[in-house]
Parts: sequence; C-alpha cells; structure tokens
Amino acid sequence: MNLTLKIWRQKNASDKGKLVDYKISDVSPDMSFLEMLDVLNEQLINEGDEPVAFDHDCREGICGMCSLYINGEAHGPDRGVTTCQLHMRMFKDGDTIFIEPFRAKAFPVVKDLVVDRSSFDRIQHAGGFISVNTSGNTIDANAIPVNKADADKAFEAATCIGCGACVATCKNSSAMLFVGAKVSQFALLPQGKVEATDRVLNMVRQMDEEGFGNCTNTGACEVECPKGISLENIARMNREYLKASLKG
Amino acid sequence: MSGILNSSIGRKFAMALSALFLMFFLLQHFAINILSVFSPETFNSTSHFMGTFPLVQYVLQPVLIFGVIFHFVMGFVLEIRNNKAREVSYAKNNGGANSTWMSRNMIWSGLAILAFICLHFYDFWFPEINTKFIQGDMTGLIDPNNADSGFRYFEELQHKFESHVRTIIYVIAFVLLALHLLHGFNSAFQSVGANNKYTKGLKNFGKLYAIIIPLGFIFIAIFHHLKHVLS
Ligand code: HEM
Ligand code: SF4
Ligand code: FES
Repeated sequence: MNLTLKIWRQKNASDKGKLVDYKISDVSPDMSFLEMLDVLNEQLINEGDEPVAFDHDCREGICGMCSLYINGEAHGPDRGVTTCQLHMRMFKDGDTIFIEPFRAKAFPVVKDLVVDRSSFDRIQHAGGFISVNTSGNTIDANAIPVNKADADKAFEAATCIGCGACVATCKNSSAMLFVGAKVSQFALLPQGKVEATDRVLNMVRQMDEEGFGNCTNTGACEVECPKGISLENIARMNREYLKASLKG
Repeated sequence: MSGILNSSIGRKFAMALSALFLMFFLLQHFAINILSVFSPETFNSTSHFMGTFPLVQYVLQPVLIFGVIFHFVMGFVLEIRNNKAREVSYAKNNGGANSTWMSRNMIWSGLAILAFICLHFYDFWFPEINTKFIQGDMTGLIDPNNADSGFRYFEELQHKFESHVRTIIYVIAFVLLALHLLHGFNSAFQSVGANNKYTKGLKNFGKLYAIIIPLGFIFIAIFHHLKHVLS
C-alpha cells in the first residue's frame, strides 16, 4: 500500500519543530509500524536526508521504549499493543497518517519523535522500590505467604512497562495510571507495606514536581495502556495517599 | 495532613467532596421543587420552613454557597494547571477513541451551569434576600400586612416560568447539568478512592441519577410554563 506520512520533525529540544509530509510506497500490511519507519529512514538516507529519530528497543512489547502518537492515539489505533506490535494492516492504502511525539511538559522532545521520559525514572527513584538487604543473606520471597487475589492484582500492576502512553493520551498529561500501578504493585504485598506511607507521599510529590497534570478520571489512559492497567490502581493510590496524609 | 491541597490528589479529593455535597443538595432541592407540581400548599410551607429556619439559613446556606464557589474555583484551577501540563498540543488528537465527550468537557458544561446559577440567583435568591433582610419581611406572605393573603413562594415560582425564554434557558441548563453529572457522579467516587466490587452498580445508579434528576427539574419548569400558556 501507498501512504502519506505527516511526521513531526524537530532538530533539537530548543527547535520549534513542524510536521513534514513524506510519501512511502509498497508498504506490506505485515510490517510492524516501526519496520515501516525503518523503510522510510532507508529511503531518506539514500536521498541524503536526515532520518527520522524515534525510540525503540525490544520490538516485542516488553520494554516500553517505543512511543509515538499515531493518528491521534498513543501507540496508534490498535488496543493492548505498543507501537512495535502495531501492524500496518491496521491502515488502508492511500491513508494519511499523523505521527507525533508523546506530548507533555514532563516529556520534553529531544529530537523528532524522541522524548525524554526520565521524569518517570525520578518518580521511581522517589519510592518505587522496597529496601531489603541483598548482600549475602537474601530472604526467600516465598517465605511470606501472600493472598492469591492480592498477588494477582500486584502482578497485574507490575506489568506496567513505563511507556508513558497514559500520559501522552491523557488530556491533562496526568501520570496517575503509571504512578498508581507502581504504588499498587507494592501496596498490595506485605513486603511493600512497611514503607507504604513514605512511598506514596514521595512518589506523588515527585510526580507533581515533574509537572504532570491532574487526573480527571476520563479513563483514556486505561483504554490506551498497552498492558491494560486498570483505573482501580489510581483509586488505590488515592486511598493510599489520603491514608498516608492523615498519618504523616 | 498539612498542605494536602497543594498536592494533585488532595485537590482532587477536595473537588470530589464539594461535588458529592452539591449532588446531595441537588437531590434535596429537587425533592422540594417537585412538591410544587403535586401540592402548592406543601411546597409553600416547606419553602417557608427552609427560608426561615435558622439552621438552614445561617449554617447550611453559607456552607452551600462556599461549596459552590469552592467547586467552580477549584474546577478552574485544575483546568488551568492541566492545560499547562501540555505546552504543545497534538496536531491530530482522537479523544473520542478512548473517552466520553462529557469527561473531556467538564469545564464547558460547568461554565454553562455557572451562568445558569447566576441567572438562578438573580431570579430567586436576590429577591429572597431583598424581601427578608433588606425589607425585613420574614412573614413569607404575599401581602405582609394581611395574614390571609397566603404564602408567596408558589406564586413567585409560577410567575417566573411564564416566560418562554426563561423556560428554554432552564431546560438547556439542566441538559448540560445532566452531561456534567454523567461523568461527574462516578468520577467523584473514583477520586475519593472508591473503586471496588460496588463500582459497577454505582455506575448504573450514577447514570440514573444524572438523567432522572435534571429531567425532573426540566419537567417542573415545563409543567409550570404549560400551565400558564394553557390557562
Ligand atoms: C458552578 C459551576 C460549575 C463549574 C464551573 C464546574 C466545573 C467542574 C469541573 C471543571 C470539573 C472537573 C474537575 C475534575 O474532575 O477534577 C467538575 C467536576 C464535577 N462537578 Fe462540577 N462544576 C460546576 C457545578 C457543578 C454542580 C452544580 C454539580 C452538582 C450538582 C457538579 C458536580 C460535579 C461532579 C460530581 C464532579 C466530579 C468530581 C470529581 O471528579 O471528583 N458541578 N466540575
Ligand atoms: S500504565 Fe500503561 S500506559 Fe502507563 S506507563 Fe504503564 S504500561 Fe504504559
Ligand atoms: S520497542 Fe520495546 S515495547 Fe516497543
């Protein structure tokens, strides 16, 4: 199939940037979206143009590195997938496809479609961990029995790959689905309960400092999240936060 | 506890509490207004009680006014902050693919409600305050010097809904309130951290509330308007 791509080009963080039109032909419906961009880049390099910079790593939906806002949706029109898992069969011959970076003040553009998501790392550093001594006398994780229902919910929360689609999709650029997942993953387990109060207070403080917006419960994040992280996690974070505020 | 309003979740919580309070008030307001359809006498005596009982006048009414002001001011604050969290907007954004129109336009339905509240105050609240506290007439009677003239509340209500324009504005405002609540009802519960096995049932109840209560107010306005037109 033949496509028109409208791609955001921006030289660096301070450049203003603009959408540029590209034509690409003979795209196979079996290609992944990133393979299609690889083909475009080869074409650009052959023509002596600067290739389009975009993020990717595992290309199998587990690392969370690929991003892209495709035709007005994070990771494109398919559900429950990342951009590397999005196939060109989701599009038709003759389509025009808008390709923009994930947009949020807390995700500044580095170049073209590459954004800096280190604000997520800083939120994680603020509390997304448990403090255990691992030097020599590690405790067997299975030594503490965990209720199956809680273990399942904690596991579901832990499947968040930190891709940032929730932020990119949210009309408020809120990171609450991500932070809700990270808080829940520990809050549900006995190992995480020890530091629960500080964790939620610190992670939410960091989230606010990074300049993410405030959740208004539109639910767009849950729909676009490649891992199906549920809004229940945001409600749990809200509860944990209110509980912690009353204590602290 | 300190500085909770300085955090995103704290603001959300406060917003939800004010909204829950407003939704409770709306129910009570509806319960009294619907009396005007079935029994003007009961409507009159209840209105007089609400308009003169000190607990309602000096405690609940100020709390309500504070609640309304807090709600819309906080609504503006959140909207402005949230817009700032994305400096460059998308050239193409397909919001309809993942969220409802109501959820994305709370500020617009809210602003329409605010405009309506101004009209509503001009219609009913300011005249009440004028009669009761400036002219000092606490009798609630049509003619304060004639104990047999009867309560004025029902008559004032009927008089307001003689106008086509006002009736139409009231109808539109309540449609927008329904849209506001179709998202808002459940949003408020999610904000206070309630998302559990009851959520599905609560969602359905919320939809019923968000449609039936505004529809009831619309019914009352049209009822009184038609009564005037047809008489
Ligand atoms: C006075 C004009 C009003 C304005 C400007 C306004 C504005 C807003 C805004 C912007 C929101 C979204 C904020 C958020 O979700 O974080 C909101 C939420 C809400 N509003 Fe209003 N509103 C108004 C009146 C009302 C009234 C009269 C009611 C109920 C009778 C109401 C019920 C709600 C509810 C239930 C929510 C959801 C709260 C939450 O998500 O936690 N609003 N309002
Ligand atoms: S919650 Fe979902 S959308 Fe958000 S970062 Fe995690 S995996 Fe990505
Ligand atoms: S490249 Fe790893 S999830 Fe897409």
